[in-house]
Amino acid sequence: MSTVLSNSTEEARVGSPANIAAAKRGVGSRLRQFNVPAGLGGWIWLAIIIIPVYYVVITSLKTQEGYFGQNPLALPTSPTLENYQLVLEADFATYFMNSSIVTIGSVVPAVLVSFMASFAIVRGSGRFLKLVNGLFLMGLAIPLQATIIPIYLMIIRLNLYDSLLALMLPSVAFAIPLTVLILSNFIRDVPNELFESMRLDGCSEWQIMWRLALPLTRPAIVTVAIYNGLHVWNGFLLPLVLTQSPVLRVLPLGLWTFQGEYSVNIPAVLASVVLSTLPILVLYVVGRRQLLSGLTAGFSK
Amino acid sequence: MSNAVSTAPTTAAARTESEQTGKRRAALAWLTLPALFFFLVFAVVPLAGVFILSFTSWDGIGAIGAAGLGNWFSVLADPGLYNALGLTFLIMAASWLVQTPISLLLGVFTAGSQRYRAALAVLYFLPLLLSSAAVAIAFKALLDPNFGLATGLGLPFLAQDWLGVPHLALGLAIFVIAWQFVPFHTLIYQGGVRQIPKSLYEAAEIDGAGTIKQFFHITLPQLKYTIITSSTLMVVGSLTYFDLIFVLTGGGPGNSTRILALDMYLRGFRANLMGPASVIAVILVLIGLALALFLQRLGGKDKQGSQLEGL
Repeated sequence: MSTVLSNSTEEARVGSPANIAAAKRGVGSRLRQFNVPAGLGGWIWLAIIIIPVYYVVITSLKTQEGYFGQNPLALPTSPTLENYQLVLEADFATYFMNSSIVTIGSVVPAVLVSFMASFAIVRGSGRFLKLVNGLFLMGLAIPLQATIIPIYLMIIRLNLYDSLLALMLPSVAFAIPLTVLILSNFIRDVPNELFESMRLDGCSEWQIMWRLALPLTRPAIVTVAIYNGLHVWNGFLLPLVLTQSPVLRVLPLGLWTFQGEYSVNIPAVLASVVLSTLPILVLYVVGRRQLLSGLTAGFSK
Repeated sequence: MSNAVSTAPTTAAARTESEQTGKRRAALAWLTLPALFFFLVFAVVPLAGVFILSFTSWDGIGAIGAAGLGNWFSVLADPGLYNALGLTFLIMAASWLVQTPISLLLGVFTAGSQRYRAALAVLYFLPLLLSSAAVAIAFKALLDPNFGLATGLGLPFLAQDWLGVPHLALGLAIFVIAWQFVPFHTLIYQGGVRQIPKSLYEAAEIDGAGTIKQFFHITLPQLKYTIITSSTLMVVGSLTYFDLIFVLTGGGPGNSTRILALDMYLRGFRANLMGPASVIAVILVLIGLALALFLQRLGGKDKQGSQLEGL
């Protein structure tokens, strides 16, 4: 069998002696199966990732005495949920609600207006649309943080300072360029015949957009929604600058102030870290593939 | 009506459209208006605003006054700016040097077909779920000399005053940034590796190339665009490591981790000097644009879209 194979390869690749190739192939595939250095590196990296996570979780279940008395990496002798209770009493439910409102209130309008714009950019023509598309592409190069001072000024002048709406409006604007880019790439992939046949049926562009383009781009919409959602959920600078009241804190800001107030109670601080991550962890467990593709939304093309 | 329209495109060349279709297509423009409104008001106007504010003096509360070039002169003469610039580029370079090889190797590793690799990958991506604030807080607790890792693992060299010594704090920041962002870039490389045609490896194996040769002669060259995309995101993203460093070190000890973005925040919102802070913001924008253009050149024009994403 192997002679037949190596003969055919010899014909295909002139100049490589068949038996040497065959011998090395054996070695090569065995090496790939038991790639010791790669495996070792993989486990070392796992340790680097897992030890901090493990430490955070077990410490959050320890009592203060356990934290001071036990080995830091030992499992808690008497696990307790009192830290979590303390965190919940410190208004984390409110922070969670605020984060949810801001995230949904930013992602839904951002995806909606971006989808409409993408449809127009792909299906329409004319100078104006080209200009708009160019503007959005340029927008990809604006770093949000650098515009925080004028945004602060505008939010004050609009009488929106210290409101959740103040966090949503800039978030929508900054989500638009990338969302438009990804969605228009997807709409472009819809076969033209589908658009044509709907037009022949007498549908308006408005109907085509909702009945054809929207269902066909659903996977991309989920992806960009997750991408934008994570950014807003974990965002820190906008809430830090644009809000002030404790009742308006979003989770990352709540975390930060909580660790400032409870700096002596490390188990409680770490419980707040775990609790603030829990919603996304649930999402990760339920829809890992969706979440991961959402994270890199179109980056690994 | 629809008859006249329908017969034309099927016979005529794709470019020529009936006048009616042309109007219909131009009429779509209004669909961009909501997005355009948001973008103009909360992105374009602030961008113009930051240039204008760099020529004014404002304490963040009171009236805004003209300052001419005063802010620019004072900031450009301030050694703090050069400290921040230097730190920003140092962290950028160090982050790239640390993260790129690790993410690339992990990307290749997790793209492999073995079951245990897929299982490890699930855990590798955990840091992606955490906010920068959460990561920074977790590491602060972890590095406690008495009740953290040093005691837990019995490794005394870990018991340092990580946040109190300038070069340790800087190194720590680079490490924690890598801890948080390597998974993201691993994911990008994993996607890139999976798109390399299998036939290339089969051919190489027939030619007798081993794993290492295959890596350098197939995997690396095939990942060229992935490397550029990942590097662009890494380099331009490093301008905005604000959250993590703000919570982790607050810029200290002294000014030893005060990067540009942090310098802007502290000048503007702590020292109430919005004018000078706007100068820093303009510098940030210019560096970001320059880097994006430079890296886009490296990648060639056709990949423009994916290069610029995420800036």
